[in-house]
Amino acid sequence: MSVSVAPKPVETDGTESTEALRPHAEDAFAEELAALAAQDDRPRPARWKLSPWAVATYLLGGTLPDGTVITPKYVGPRRIVEVAVTTLATDRALLLLGVPGTAKTWVSEHLAAAVSGDSTLLVQGTAGTPEEAIRYGWNYAQLLANGPSRDALVPSPVMRAMAEGMTARVEELTRIPADVQDTLITILSEKTLPIPELGQEVQAVRGFNLIATANDRDRGVNDLSSALRRRFNTVVLPLPASVEAEVDIVSRRVDQIGRSLDLPAVPEGIDEIRRVVTVFRELRDGVTSDGRTKLKSPSGTLSTAEAISVVTSGLALAAHFGDGVLRPGDIAAGILGAVVRDPAADRVVWQEYLEAVVRERDGWTDFYRACREVSA
Amino acid sequence: MVGVTGMDRTGSGGPEAGVQVAGEGPAEGTDSVIASASASASASASVPAPAVRASGPLLLGVRHHGPGSARAVRAALDSARPRTVLIEGPPEADALVPLAGDEAMRPPVALLAHAVDEPGRSAFWPLAEFSPEWVAIRWAVEHHVPARFIDLPATHTLAWGKEDEGRLDAGGAEASGSPVDVRVDPLAVLAEVAGYDDPERWWEDVVEHRGVGDGDAFAPFLGLEEAMGALREAYGSGGHERDLVREAHMRLQVRAAQREFGDEVAVVCGAWHVPALRQKSTVAADKALLKGLAKVKADMTWVPWTHRRLARVSGYGAGIDSPGWYGHLFGAPDRPVERWLTKVAGLLRDEDRIVSSAHVIEAVRLAETLAAMRGRPLPGLSETTDAVRAVMCDGSDVPLALVHDRLVVGDVLGEVPRSAPAVPLQRDLDRIQRRLRIKPEALERELELDLRKENDAERSRLLHRLRLLRVEWGEPVASRGSTGTFRETWRLRWEPELSVRVAEAGVWGTTVYAAATAKAEGDAVAAQGLSDVTALAERCLLAELPDALPTVMRILADRAALDADVGHLAQALPALVRSQRYGDVRGTDIGALAEVAAGLAERVFVGLPPACASLDADAADEMRRHVDAVHGAVGMLGEAVDTGAAPGQDAPGNPAATPGHGDLRERWHGVLRVLSVRDRVPGVIRGRGVRLLLDDGEAAQDEAARLMGLALSPGTPPADAAAWIEGFVGGGSGGGMLLVHDERLLGLVDAWLTGVSAEAFTDVLPLLRRTFSAYEPGVRRTLGELVRRGPGERGGAGIGGSGIPGFAAEFDVGRADAVVPVVRLLLGLDQVETGGGADGGPGDNDLVGATG
Repeated sequence: MSVSVAPKPVETDGTESTEALRPHAEDAFAEELAALAAQDDRPRPARWKLSPWAVATYLLGGTLPDGTVITPKYVGPRRIVEVAVTTLATDRALLLLGVPGTAKTWVSEHLAAAVSGDSTLLVQGTAGTPEEAIRYGWNYAQLLANGPSRDALVPSPVMRAMAEGMTARVEELTRIPADVQDTLITILSEKTLPIPELGQEVQAVRGFNLIATANDRDRGVNDLSSALRRRFNTVVLPLPASVEAEVDIVSRRVDQIGRSLDLPAVPEGIDEIRRVVTVFRELRDGVTSDGRTKLKSPSGTLSTAEAISVVTSGLALAAHFGDGVLRPGDIAAGILGAVVRDPAADRVVWQEYLEAVVRERDGWTDFYRACREVSA
Repeated sequence: MVGVTGMDRTGSGGPEAGVQVAGEGPAEGTDSVIASASASASASASVPAPAVRASGPLLLGVRHHGPGSARAVRAALDSARPRTVLIEGPPEADALVPLAGDEAMRPPVALLAHAVDEPGRSAFWPLAEFSPEWVAIRWAVEHHVPARFIDLPATHTLAWGKEDEGRLDAGGAEASGSPVDVRVDPLAVLAEVAGYDDPERWWEDVVEHRGVGDGDAFAPFLGLEEAMGALREAYGSGGHERDLVREAHMRLQVRAAQREFGDEVAVVCGAWHVPALRQKSTVAADKALLKGLAKVKADMTWVPWTHRRLARVSGYGAGIDSPGWYGHLFGAPDRPVERWLTKVAGLLRDEDRIVSSAHVIEAVRLAETLAAMRGRPLPGLSETTDAVRAVMCDGSDVPLALVHDRLVVGDVLGEVPRSAPAVPLQRDLDRIQRRLRIKPEALERELELDLRKENDAERSRLLHRLRLLRVEWGEPVASRGSTGTFRETWRLRWEPELSVRVAEAGVWGTTVYAAATAKAEGDAVAAQGLSDVTALAERCLLAELPDALPTVMRILADRAALDADVGHLAQALPALVRSQRYGDVRGTDIGALAEVAAGLAERVFVGLPPACASLDADAADEMRRHVDAVHGAVGMLGEAVDTGAAPGQDAPGNPAATPGHGDLRERWHGVLRVLSVRDRVPGVIRGRGVRLLLDDGEAAQDEAARLMGLALSPGTPPADAAAWIEGFVGGGSGGGMLLVHDERLLGLVDAWLTGVSAEAFTDVLPLLRRTFSAYEPGVRRTLGELVRRGPGERGGAGIGGSGIPGFAAEFDVGRADAVVPVVRLLLGLDQVETGGGADGGPGDNDLVGATG
């Protein structure tokens, strides 16, 4: 899991600063892709650079017959990758769902890189994404000078992918306004993109497919219409499977962020990180880690990404206002903020959790007190 | 069936012939027969079927409950047409074989063996429609060929169970039947060799998905036998020591059958045993192995079974995860994947999910491509499940759980003809009825039970347990006269259909106790609301089912944790505490119960303050009742937890099985304090909170007066203030006396009332009337007199009550002393002295006489 979340290429969460420094997947892992292609003797779908089996190997890692080691890109259930690759091979569009921090974008980029050798045919979804970003736009100078023609047309990444039989990517599909989302329906079902202004159309070439990522639990999302949803095979990327894996991801990421924010390194923080992860996991799963007590789940997503931000802000508190050691008091307020999104219902959930679980737990007394203090 | 006519004659004698016991014939010569059989193994791969039959018994090694095996067995039997079929299973069941042909018999069913004297000791051999053994039995019945069971008799296997208690119950059938066991799992070994991580999948690929070969019906068995032979060479008995004894018995039985039918004998047994049956061994050696086995008197019958019980997740599992899927594979004539996905789509449609045929098409494509990518010959369960998840369920596991529950496992319920022998549960019931001298009679009669008597207590438990099993023999009725918890009255009436109910309940267990326990646990898992589970807990205590309690308690704790309505929790709490008191009367261990109740109380504490905010009058009134109920419950609970704190640590799923509930009452007072000062809480609850605190001595009189002053200050809307008063002194709380005794409080009420404006007064009048009209007439009169006299005359807050009308200002010491002996007598402080009459004066006797 560690590799899966670490770098985020183009995301909306403010990590663009690293983008320029970061090569595309097909460049960064060019050698592995080449080695796979060289040894891959299985049948490949039209215009695929690798066979489905090799694509799965590329994502999951392994050792090739000639000894080339393929690093795992995604550490998680094998099933997920197999279903995702198979979906692309059956020319159905793929929808990757998951809460923040589950490596959706990462997986989609590597899938595109392995299947088409190009992960840059990307539409980034935002609330302001216009229809032109998915269909086509116009070069207005050309349009005014020469009238409508193919030369005046500015193709979108999706249109290019259709014409060239490549894999297009749509990031954060649910952030795109519903009417714009629905322009995908024709593309996915008819596999054509009409251009009524020219009386023409672009027909998708074999090999075209589309990978969309979406976050289904955040607020402020535009749910997919069922017409659009039917055209996707959905794969839900799960949260890290174990506490250890999640603690690892959080501490690694916190370390990276901390360095970029010039926060002093905190030596003793791992206990508190474990605590944050435990609290998040327990509330998310609705059951304590020993599996003995059921809990209510709050309305927030409590994703790994949020755990990271809780710990980071705790670190900042400890560094600037405390004695530099991450203590329960530094994270209590952050946790409260992450858990209690709905002031009425979530507060009860949180209080119950405090009283029924935290209060009784060995070694959690300080944390309990700190939480009582901020909750009161 | 023309060719079978010759067999019909021999077939009719099947059941009786099957009873014959091993090794009664001469020993010589059988050795060579077995030896020749092993020679045939290599030959029969290419030689047509009759050759196999000619050279020895037809050994069909199967995987229990494998649909592929079942189909192969049917094909092999059809092509070989043996004159008898021998099946791995307890020989006592031979007499039950004809029942398998009965119209009313519908798999899944199980052969149940139980010790006659001890119905609780039992073993099951579950058979589903797709079990090769079942197919073999049905084939034999249809072709009028005798079918016999050749495994070690249950009389011995049950006795083994006696030796190692517990093993039998956990997996008796599995240990005695399945080749898959915990020690050496032959399939796992083979799968590993083949490079599979999952033995189930390997089996699917290698056996289940290979349709029966066109030409050779025996090929599947030969390959498997070879593999098992290699395994047996490597592992011997693989840690299943008792298998050697069982195999010796099977060998003897096969020899006996061969003497009777020649080589036209087919044997259907676990593939694991096939090499052992081929093995050369002398009759003497086999008999030696069987010598001196322990015995118990055993009885067999058919019982209905369910798919759920075939699945590994529940009790007597047969070791298969997906009986529904297997049943589908067995039943589907062709295109199993397409048919399966269509079935799934149908189920999802019934549950109002929009699933079109296009979905099914896409799911089939995905499943097939997945299988190709995973290098499997056909999509298996995992591929179809992945496809269903991605295409039909939007990637969610929630609808998938439904598919798993309804289709992959399935709801299929077996049926057994009426003529099947009685289930052990009925025997157990008969025995208990005899022992407790309580006869089933059709005539209705009433039965009074005094639970302090052992016999009566047991009768009560029996009736309660039967009620849990839906055998409504007795119906509890309200006791006449006494309302004590040690007395119960039942109306008894045994209807004929109750016997059917008992037979049905046989699925749950072999004794009344075990069945009731299993049923209670099942009910708890299926229960809808929190109150259902609480009621069930109560019934478990009444029926004294301590083994069911942990499950019920765990589910209760879970439900409580997830129930967001404080009202539900508050309602459940008193019932729980009540159950605890029943438990006390019956001497049950109620530690776990107290702990769960304490956990429930914690949740009420947390949830109550937010739930009390912004309520309308009716809701506030209801909430006040909840507060009262919780208060009473916490009071009793506090005692229980304080005194019996030790038990309950082992209750699984307990939210807080750690110490720390001792301060429950204190924490409740904290909650009440919060309630009594929070502005958004309705007046009636605030007043109630203050009152409860005052009664418990947690709030000083001064504090109460201050809060009352606040609540009744001119700024408060009159209606709210009146509600406060109702909460504080209303209801059945004896509030009137409080006002009588505390003049200051009365003064406050008086001052407020006189300050209420004329219009507002009309509004609050009904409330006030409701509050004060509930008082005793005496109290009302006293209050009236006090108010008329006015507050000025007696200042001070003394509780001394210096001037209650009709009483002197001071105590009359002489008259007070006269009462002391009676009080002592009532309290039992000096029985010896009064008994001796040493201290008691004549006045004493007079008084006792007067009160009597």
